[in-house]
Amino acid sequence: MEAIQNLFTDPATYRLLTIVILSIFLGIEVIGRVPSVLHTPLMSGANAIHGVVIIGAIIVMGQAPSDDYLALTLGFLAVILGTLNVVGGFVVTDRMLEMFSKKKKK
Amino acid sequence: MENIILPLSYLIGSVTFIMGLKMLSHPDTARKGNLVAAFGMTLAIFATIFLYKGHDGNGLGNYPWIFAALAIGTVVGTMAAKKVQMTAMPEMVSLFNGMGGACAMLISVIEYHHNPTPSVGMLVVIVLGMIIGTVSFAGSIIAWGKLNGKIKDKSIAGAQYINFILWGALITLSVMLIGGYSTEPMVFYGILMVAAIYGVLFVMPIGGADMPVVISLLNSFTGVAAAFGGFLYDNPVMLTGGILVGSAGTILTMLMCKAMNRSLKNVLVGSFGAAKTGGAACTGEQGSYKEISLNDTATIMAYATKVCIIPGYGLAVAQAQHACHELEKILGDKGVEVTYGIHPVAGRMPGHMNVLLAEADVPYEKLLEMEDANDQMASTNVVLILGANDVVNPAAKEDPSSPIYGMPILEVEKADHVIINKRSMKPGYAGIENELFFRPKTSMLFGDAKKVLQDLVSEMKQM
Repeated sequence: MEAIQNLFTDPATYRLLTIVILSIFLGIEVIGRVPSVLHTPLMSGANAIHGVVIIGAIIVMGQAPSDDYLALTLGFLAVILGTLNVVGGFVVTDRMLEMFSKKKKK
Repeated sequence: MENIILPLSYLIGSVTFIMGLKMLSHPDTARKGNLVAAFGMTLAIFATIFLYKGHDGNGLGNYPWIFAALAIGTVVGTMAAKKVQMTAMPEMVSLFNGMGGACAMLISVIEYHHNPTPSVGMLVVIVLGMIIGTVSFAGSIIAWGKLNGKIKDKSIAGAQYINFILWGALITLSVMLIGGYSTEPMVFYGILMVAAIYGVLFVMPIGGADMPVVISLLNSFTGVAAAFGGFLYDNPVMLTGGILVGSAGTILTMLMCKAMNRSLKNVLVGSFGAAKTGGAACTGEQGSYKEISLNDTATIMAYATKVCIIPGYGLAVAQAQHACHELEKILGDKGVEVTYGIHPVAGRMPGHMNVLLAEADVPYEKLLEMEDANDQMASTNVVLILGANDVVNPAAKEDPSSPIYGMPILEVEKADHVIINKRSMKPGYAGIENELFFRPKTSMLFGDAKKVLQDLVSEMKQM
């Protein structure tokens, strides 16, 4: 109960809550009218964007004590996986879209 | 001055994500949108590495580790993304998605390892982030395996009940941990295990026809998991990025469910898999079908005024998109009007067919969405179906007992002739018998899609 109350009374968490709610509506509005041709690239692009989780991995890695090998190893792995998600995601999306634009020039 | 750079970078990052998604929804700006988002991401990542300060005011350490990991991820990710065949795109996206989920999962594990007794709010965030990340990771790996054929479809008897039990276990364990009834680390890792099992079982029974929905759903899961990371570190760019993808992905999932006329709950509970085995068991008899020769097909198409090509997953498997474009060009030279009828869920991902055909330089205007294609069907002479099955199955309109009943289909029977290219008489990926093969207007043209199309082209050149 206290945790729920905190969501509204603590200014920092309340701010985060507001961002969450507004972002949900923004996400719906932003892609609301996407043509089905672009569904795959859009999904792939969105896939790359959620790779932003890598920032959490970097923070966790950077704060790990240098003698805590479990945290270092897992953090190292997390940064690799996050990078794969980001880099792979953007490159794949670009490859898909490249084919759309190449044809446009003709 | 220096302390505004990090928040400013995050703000720019969030804005580029919004702009990127917006631009990705328009054909003209899509590619730029992707680059804009990638720029914002890079900015946010490097600002974090160099400028982030923890609660104790110290910057980040372990730079060699961080940069080594970044380098490995960049090289491997770029190579994988550059090398992958266009046809294998869905499983690639699924795999990258799984990586993101695993990343979120690891963050929660490390945070818990650092501090096993955080505040209740933090614990909620850590546990939920881990559950969603793990489900997304395990599910994506299974989806990846199923799409490239490494894992076969399996319907486990009573899968629904097992899933409900797993849900029960997840909730019980989470309440135990968060409510402070137990501080045993075993409970935490128990949640991790159950979530992983649930992720596997969740995707396992789902048939290929549902795979686009599942990938899209898992995509939004990972978005939400990333957002929990945003809560954990009070990090606005993770929050906006994650939630944006979470809500945009959910909408995309809904759109796909709507195209297949199924509720999301239906997909989640996995009744498709169950209905599938029931359906397959009761269809023993087959009608008679007629075959058509390559020669006849070439003739009938060359003398048509309007031809509609309906591509499906078979086209992707056979890598036949270039051969298909060849055929379309030669027909065009003969004065035949050629269009493509694209079903929203043809292939293994929404827009899968569009990407494939775009790779083969098929002009944008020739790709008709389902409604437009259906409007033109009555004036079409020949429909050529290339490796599509469920999206043209009349059972969706006529047979209320069919698992796909109610799904909008391409109404190919309004055309004069229907020619179906398949490798064999086997039912489609969803495992449902297709009445269409035995209808009077239908002729079957057996063979590998690529070979058949190439042969058709050479036939026509001689005409």
